[in-house]
Amino acid sequence: MHFASKLRRLSLAVCTVTALGLAGAVQAADTIKVGVLHSLSGTMAISETTLKDTMLMLIEEQNKKGGLLGKKLEAVVVDPASNWPLFAEKARELIEKEKVDAVFGCWTSVSRKSVLPVFEELNSLLFYPVQYEGEESSKNVFYTGAAPNQQAIPAVDYLMAQGVQRWVLAGTDYVYPRTTNKILEAYLKAKGVAESDIMINYTPFGHSDWQSIVADIKKFGSAGKKSAVVSTINGDANVPFYKELGNQGISAESIPVVAFSVGEEELSGIDTKPLVGHLAAWNYFMSVENDANDAFIDAWHKFIKSEARVTNDPMEAHYIGFNMWVEAVKKAGTTDPSAVGEALIGVAVPNLSGGLSAMMPNHHITKPVLIGEIQDDGQFQIVSQTPGLVVGDAWSDYLEGSKDIIADWRAPLSCGNFNVKTAKCSGQNY
Amino acid sequence: MLRIIVTTLLLCLSTPLTAAEIETGDKMLDTAFAQLLDRDFDVKAAGVEMLAGSGHPQAGELLRGLLEGELRYLNQPARLVWMRERSGGKFAVDVLDGTDHGEFSARKFKKLPINNAMRAQIRSLLAQLELSDPNPAVRLKSVNAMLENPEPEHAALIRSLLQKEQESAVREAMHVVLALAGLTATEPERRRRAIADLSDSLEPAVRNGLTRLVNNDPDAQVRADAASALRKIEKRVVLFGHLETLFFGLSAGSVLVLAAIGLAITFGVMGVINMAHGELIMLGAYTTYLMQQLMPGMIGLSILLSIPAAFLVSAGVGVAIERGVIRFLYGRPLETLLATFGISLILQQLVRTLISPQNVPVSNPDFLSGLWQINSVLSLTYNRLYIFAFCLLVFAGLFFVLKYTWLGLQVRAVSQNRAMARAMGVRSARVDALTFGLGSGIAGIAGVALSQLTNVGPNLGQAYIVDSFMVVVFGGVGNLWGTLIGGFGLGIANKVMEPWAGAVLAKILVLIFIILFIQKRPRGLFPQKGRAAEG
Repeated sequence: MHFASKLRRLSLAVCTVTALGLAGAVQAADTIKVGVLHSLSGTMAISETTLKDTMLMLIEEQNKKGGLLGKKLEAVVVDPASNWPLFAEKARELIEKEKVDAVFGCWTSVSRKSVLPVFEELNSLLFYPVQYEGEESSKNVFYTGAAPNQQAIPAVDYLMAQGVQRWVLAGTDYVYPRTTNKILEAYLKAKGVAESDIMINYTPFGHSDWQSIVADIKKFGSAGKKSAVVSTINGDANVPFYKELGNQGISAESIPVVAFSVGEEELSGIDTKPLVGHLAAWNYFMSVENDANDAFIDAWHKFIKSEARVTNDPMEAHYIGFNMWVEAVKKAGTTDPSAVGEALIGVAVPNLSGGLSAMMPNHHITKPVLIGEIQDDGQFQIVSQTPGLVVGDAWSDYLEGSKDIIADWRAPLSCGNFNVKTAKCSGQNY
Repeated sequence: MLRIIVTTLLLCLSTPLTAAEIETGDKMLDTAFAQLLDRDFDVKAAGVEMLAGSGHPQAGELLRGLLEGELRYLNQPARLVWMRERSGGKFAVDVLDGTDHGEFSARKFKKLPINNAMRAQIRSLLAQLELSDPNPAVRLKSVNAMLENPEPEHAALIRSLLQKEQESAVREAMHVVLALAGLTATEPERRRRAIADLSDSLEPAVRNGLTRLVNNDPDAQVRADAASALRKIEKRVVLFGHLETLFFGLSAGSVLVLAAIGLAITFGVMGVINMAHGELIMLGAYTTYLMQQLMPGMIGLSILLSIPAAFLVSAGVGVAIERGVIRFLYGRPLETLLATFGISLILQQLVRTLISPQNVPVSNPDFLSGLWQINSVLSLTYNRLYIFAFCLLVFAGLFFVLKYTWLGLQVRAVSQNRAMARAMGVRSARVDALTFGLGSGIAGIAGVALSQLTNVGPNLGQAYIVDSFMVVVFGGVGNLWGTLIGGFGLGIANKVMEPWAGAVLAKILVLIFIILFIQKRPRGLFPQKGRAAEG
């Protein structure tokens, strides 16, 4: 059954792509091309395929509404195959050969770093939809995912309000967890947490033997102070980690785990009963109750032809990013990347949690921060929400060497790396 | 406590309740329910407190329902209902008058949201209600729950119940709670007595209480007593910590042994470098998944049946690989290596296309989850215990086959001296196929065990192939004992180093150690001896 439906979905996707391709060939002159740069094969395909589908859905809906500037939109889908150098090649192909006007894509930070020089050289626009470690602001990239101050710091604030005094920072060993944990460690120390109350642990990708680490966490958490784990553990290593927590009898009430990389998509397909009460911090949950979200979920189910599929935070980021781009094109009256890039700053569009997200001068957006507890049905129940929207901060205020730096792409400053102390703009754009 | 009540009263006065009120006739219960339905978690928590204090006969059941999510809320008309399973379907039954509200739907009957703080609060309240439960196991659990979240009001409650308590285990736990409360007594004499009572308890709460005395107590004698009691306890904790590390090492080792033991036959005995060994393990894990799909609802049985099924599947594939590819490449290790690497890629892609590129969920049966709590500092998880036992069983089985059966005799003969064995009438081609099939089948069985520990996906095998070769080379090629000792040794070394070196560095250190070891003893821990081994 599984396989048959997979096959059907696959053939459908192939048909759609071919149909779009054919349609494009016929009416190439009067369409606006939008590039979609997400891995459809390899290790990241699990997460990125969904985002490709989201983009196809958004473009289809925009065309139903009459397109943009009187023209139809056309998606150009390429597959960078989870291969970082290939991302740069495919980005060049999209911009130079396909002549797309904007690109939506990338997931991992390393893929973003790989395409950055291409976008800057060819002056095109990239919308990046995933939460990341910050410390970057490029003229050509618009960051619609969360910066650390829009996810990690509010999550720690929430746990502090719950009385947590000891902290385990556990992460997978690569750039995003290392940078995030550096920021968090500085933040915790600034809040008066002692060095001995912070435990930092890194594990390799796909780590599966969690016994001694979980036992260490248990020991660390039994010192009489309320403890919590802040997890930047990435990918499928999470499943054995949570299993081991359950097996060693650590419940969310004794030592809660707050995760930044675990969402609805990651929870679908695993038994979440032992995880009830563990937390995640995002800017969107599928369980947000409001009309815009209901409409989005219905549209998604209709498009993907399955009621079982979930929506998640990076999908919302693409929703916001795409609508911002559409508004900016309307405002500029052209799809020229330079004009649209300038018009984008200040554009505000509705997000799915009932507010308006705006593009800030540092190319990050304003978002609410939601903390959710995992439920036994794989959904999140929202237990805390920031009262207003939080402005994404490209350069962390808690790191030495980064706290004096600001990004502002408006004239006359027009700099992504401006040191307010020395009043100098670093030549490096990101 | 008082603060919560005051804020609740203020909230009740100032804000109109968003949810419709439920009329019960009981003023206190009405407010409790209204508060439970509020959006603010602090108000809800006050509602829980009020419900527990209401003395309502259903209070315990209601709290448990809230905790388990079986207590649901219907908006129009405002009712609280139970989600009850009856004759195959789920139905909504009114909490107050038992009327049937028809079939249950999650959209119509909303869950009452609770958060972690409330879960802990409800559990602690339930523990107080359950202290007088007729079942001693429930009483023991609730006393232990009090030990985890010590509150000053517990002591009085326990003291009154202690007289009636018959069960010795429960009495003992109660004494610890009382002694713990005694640590904060005003008279130094009583504090010292409490310290003496607690000097052989391993509970974390006791250690924390003693540490507090050591640092803050005004009385020097009490401080000295507490310090010596703490030292005594710490000594035992360290000892149990070593035992725990040993267990972790053995269980990590048993995974290594299981993964490597099939390779010990194909690589060790036959000398074939089989890069597809990991994929044979993966096939075993996928067989477990498919068996579970075939037998929904019978997880335990499906795991047991998966063991022979996985053996047959992997052995079949193994024989096919040997007959189809490897037999043409005997004596050419480089070609074998490349060919089997190609086969491993083919097998991975096959699974990706036929089943799914994503990881598949494999459920754990109940007897494999949970832990065996020996004392409050040492507990062993069941899944690891079973895997350790399973590993020894597989090893014993394989050892028996090689040592005492006809097949084993021929395998040993061919591996020691192929030409001589053939001259004696052994059909070496057939023996090769069977040996390779045996090694592959064992890999399949390892897959069943791994499916209970880690993610089942197309890349499962790659994570274990390097480890497997490492164990076989370290243990000594061609020696099953070497694989067993090598696997356990590496597992323990890894776990001993992990706490201070970190998971990444521990792995690197183990690899460096093996490289150095191989320089010194190129044939591993247990080299084969005799003339056959020289050739």
